Amino acid sequence: MESISIEGTPKTPTVNFDAATGVIEIKGRSIPENSIEFYRPLVEWLEEYSKEPQSLTTVNIQLEYFNTSSSKCILDVFKKLEAIKKARNEVVINWYYEEDDEDMLEAGEDYESIIRIPFKMIEVVD
Amino acid sequence: MSFNIEERYTKMNKGEVLLAYKGSITAELITNVLGVVESKLDHVIDKSITKKKIYNILVESLQNLYHHVDDLPELAGNDMDIHFGIFVISKVGDQYEIRTGNFIKNEKVKKLKERLDKIKSLSKDELKELYKFVLNNQKFSDKGGGGLGLIDIARRTEGRVDYEFDDYDDDYSFFNLNITI
Repeated sequence: MESISIEGTPKTPTVNFDAATGVIEIKGRSIPENSIEFYRPLVEWLEEYSKEPQSLTTVNIQLEYFNTSSSKCILDVFKKLEAIKKARNEVVINWYYEEDDEDMLEAGEDYESIIRIPFKMIEVVD
Repeated sequence: MSFNIEERYTKMNKGEVLLAYKGSITAELITNVLGVVESKLDHVIDKSITKKKIYNILVESLQNLYHHVDDLPELAGNDMDIHFGIFVISKVGDQYEIRTGNFIKNEKVKKLKERLDKIKSLSKDELKELYKFVLNNQKFSDKGGGGLGLIDIARRTEGRVDYEFDDYDDDYSFFNLNITI
């Protein structure tokens, strides 16, 4: 299965999805006016990956900013991961947030309470 | 006609203005404005978290504006730009204010008022629950909005969101949203 590797822009995040290692990363900013187009291939990739996932999938989400249009798409990503976990595979989600960024920590807690996979909350100190 | 766009714009320009705009609201414009304001904020604010909060709210409020501008019909004498909107970002005392303004069809006013009043009446925890409910249950609109923008802004500002509607004509009103950070 092909990997996904996308460079970040001022409005869209850096994305690295690697089926061989089971490491899934979204980093940077996600603030496009309409995020559906950006996230559709990512969600489709996860759909495909979920047919034959690694025994351990590691997810690193490190966002500086994301808008509400992205928040729904990010939930779609998490729902795919939830399905992988439900099929008895291990899924670890690391949610990074900048020191003192309560809003970003809370955003992680919101997702955690919706998808029922425990998140590791990791505070990034400069 | 009682409503005058110039008067409204002047009224919105209060405090120490970082950026004020009146005209077409396009995706390119918003991208440019976000870039400009971000580097301005870097100069005037030291605290990274405050900067982030303002930037986040700015993204949400400008994209909200972009998605919800109603165009006035092209009548003779209407020299308004297409997708006309206004926004002002300013510092008033030790607070920041983001004000946006756009035309809206009168038939939508009642629903928007009710929605804003509801959001304003909710506590921090109730806003969190509403946000999560809408996030998990509501489909995207055809404009790509998720119905979360105003709830998100209210959460981040702890409800410091005010609004005003100016009567324009039989079909349209001018919607003013004032956010204090």
